[in-house]
Amino acid sequence: MPAAPRLRHRATLAVLLVPPLAWLIVAYLGSLAVLLVSAFWSRSGFTGAVVHTFTTDNLVRVATSEVFRTTTLRTVGVALLVTVVCAVLAVPLALYMAKVASPAVRVALVVAVTTPLWASYLVKAYAWRMLLSPEGPLHWATGYSPGYGLAATVVTLTYLWLPYMVIPVFAAFQRVPDALVDASADLGAKDLTTLRLVVAPMVFPGIAAGSIFTFSLSLGDYIAVTIVGGKTQLLGNVIYGQLVTANNQPMAAALSLIPLAAILLYLFAMRRTGALENV
Amino acid sequence: MMKSISRVGAALAAGALVLSGCSSSGDSGGGGSAEGPPSMQPAKSVGDGEGQLNLIAWPGYAENGSNDPAVNWVTPFEQQSGCKVNVKIGNTSDEMVQLMRSGQYDGVSASGDATLRLIYAGDVAPVNTDLVPNYATVVPFLKDKPWNSVNGQMYGIPHGWGANLLMYNSDVVKDKPDTWGSVFPGAPEFKGKVTAYDSPIYLADAALYLSKTKPDLGIKDPYSLTTEQLDAAADLLKQQKENIGEYWSDYTKEVQAFESGTTVIGTSWQVIANTIKADNKVPVTTVLPKEGATGWSDTWMLAAKAAHPNCMYKWMDYIISPKANAEVAEYFGEAPAQTKSCDLTADKQHCATYHATDEAYAAQIHYWTTPQTKCVDGSGDNCTGYDQWVDKWQEIKG
Repeated sequence: MPAAPRLRHRATLAVLLVPPLAWLIVAYLGSLAVLLVSAFWSRSGFTGAVVHTFTTDNLVRVATSEVFRTTTLRTVGVALLVTVVCAVLAVPLALYMAKVASPAVRVALVVAVTTPLWASYLVKAYAWRMLLSPEGPLHWATGYSPGYGLAATVVTLTYLWLPYMVIPVFAAFQRVPDALVDASADLGAKDLTTLRLVVAPMVFPGIAAGSIFTFSLSLGDYIAVTIVGGKTQLLGNVIYGQLVTANNQPMAAALSLIPLAAILLYLFAMRRTGALENV
Repeated sequence: MMKSISRVGAALAAGALVLSGCSSSGDSGGGGSAEGPPSMQPAKSVGDGEGQLNLIAWPGYAENGSNDPAVNWVTPFEQQSGCKVNVKIGNTSDEMVQLMRSGQYDGVSASGDATLRLIYAGDVAPVNTDLVPNYATVVPFLKDKPWNSVNGQMYGIPHGWGANLLMYNSDVVKDKPDTWGSVFPGAPEFKGKVTAYDSPIYLADAALYLSKTKPDLGIKDPYSLTTEQLDAAADLLKQQKENIGEYWSDYTKEVQAFESGTTVIGTSWQVIANTIKADNKVPVTTVLPKEGATGWSDTWMLAAKAAHPNCMYKWMDYIISPKANAEVAEYFGEAPAQTKSCDLTADKQHCATYHATDEAYAAQIHYWTTPQTKCVDGSGDNCTGYDQWVDKWQEIKG
């Protein structure tokens, strides 16, 4: 009689799996599918109501319009810059946390890095708005402030997403056995050589994982730039403008395909480096 | 692998079908076209309140004392009517149109650049003005206007009107400007500290300035622009952008920008100046420039699918009652729609200052209107529609 318990086992499994899978397919992939489909609709110019007739006009405009091109380049540039700055800040910090600091200091640093995640996004963004104000505290203390603009946006986004880079890199450094570092030293490698040849390849997947967070979060952000970005706009603002200001849902959907494509490209690039194989 | 991919594909397609089915049935109203709004019957009577009222309002239009304890006309309404009022602030007309289409609100204080879009899309219902007793004494020149009625049927109750003003920090801007030129050709003097309203409708401000300073462009009405005229307005705004520090649409951001000194001059509303004056951090002055101004004439409209229509009718009558309309007009800094309000304002000169009953003056303000290809001033069919304005605006912002 082995069949009955197996059947029951399968039934339990089905009950457990159906809700999350249904959510994934209907709510998550389904909304993506609607996005894809609505990019091919148009809408009434006067009332703004969506018209369900197939057209590729939106995609053609997205591909050819100069405004969208410059905004896309600016947005991808900001996202890449934020990612690089986050990595540059996170690697030495994570190395120190994982390999040098005493256990007490390590815990203190992990807490310090993650605490800002408990504060509201808007509070942090507005704090930077105060800090970076042309006549604000930063200017008072150092005599210099970048003012509101792209630089302020990069600084704010870097601050906002830094924990998402530090934590995976820290975890990756922790997984490097001390014995390997010792062995490398015993074989005559200098510290930098050990870092480059032994530690770096093992930590790279952690950096890649962190960079996926920082890149995609920066790419989709449109709130920080309205708070500290001065008169600049990013892709998110253009999409928001088409959706809310112009009330042009199909155009907004077509524009949303740009960040979607950018993130897919980024993921493929990361896969090509082999970083995603043992994360 | 192939098999699993095709399964995911099938699931995606199924999901798309299901959801597109849902969304098409959920489209707002439908049936409306540029020829006429969908036909609906106005209410015949007003029953008891439903206990709740969800409003979309301009900042300063439905104050319940949370911004300033002394400024509160919502609580008395709640006590009288038993309708608890929930207010959602709309920062731009576009945002209000979008919010109304969510179907979660009973009414909106719509400006002229939102009203027709709402009427023709079937988002708002015709209003039986006989059920709003205070309507009888509303200023005659606000009744049956192109922006609040179709074929003699009113689609709302006039609230009040006013002009967009030039505001400046009088500590920094000392030469008492009286022209919009100080934010256009004169803007470099305050490079990086100029602000402008972050909406395509701001193109009309540039067009209005050009209509006075470049008569050869032939701009008659700032909302009826040919492609060349729209381009000229956009060029002016592109030059202006060099000197802009920030754009504003959230009025609290403009308040903060003036108070911190990052902005010293730009277009504004009287309510923003009043807020800054109340905080008493920087001195600001507002002026109606000599070129005239764009402005608003607002209408309380009833959602076609309102869950609490009786409360909305009660609100429409209340907000134009002499006392409430006087309070809101004085707080926001506009002319009240209610003629009897003029006796009840704290500042007895209020109606005179805002020319509340002066039809000739009211006619000179260029009220926000949705630009359409069929020119809104009736001059022809070769005008630019709001879509083009939005595209131009995104182009200006780069």
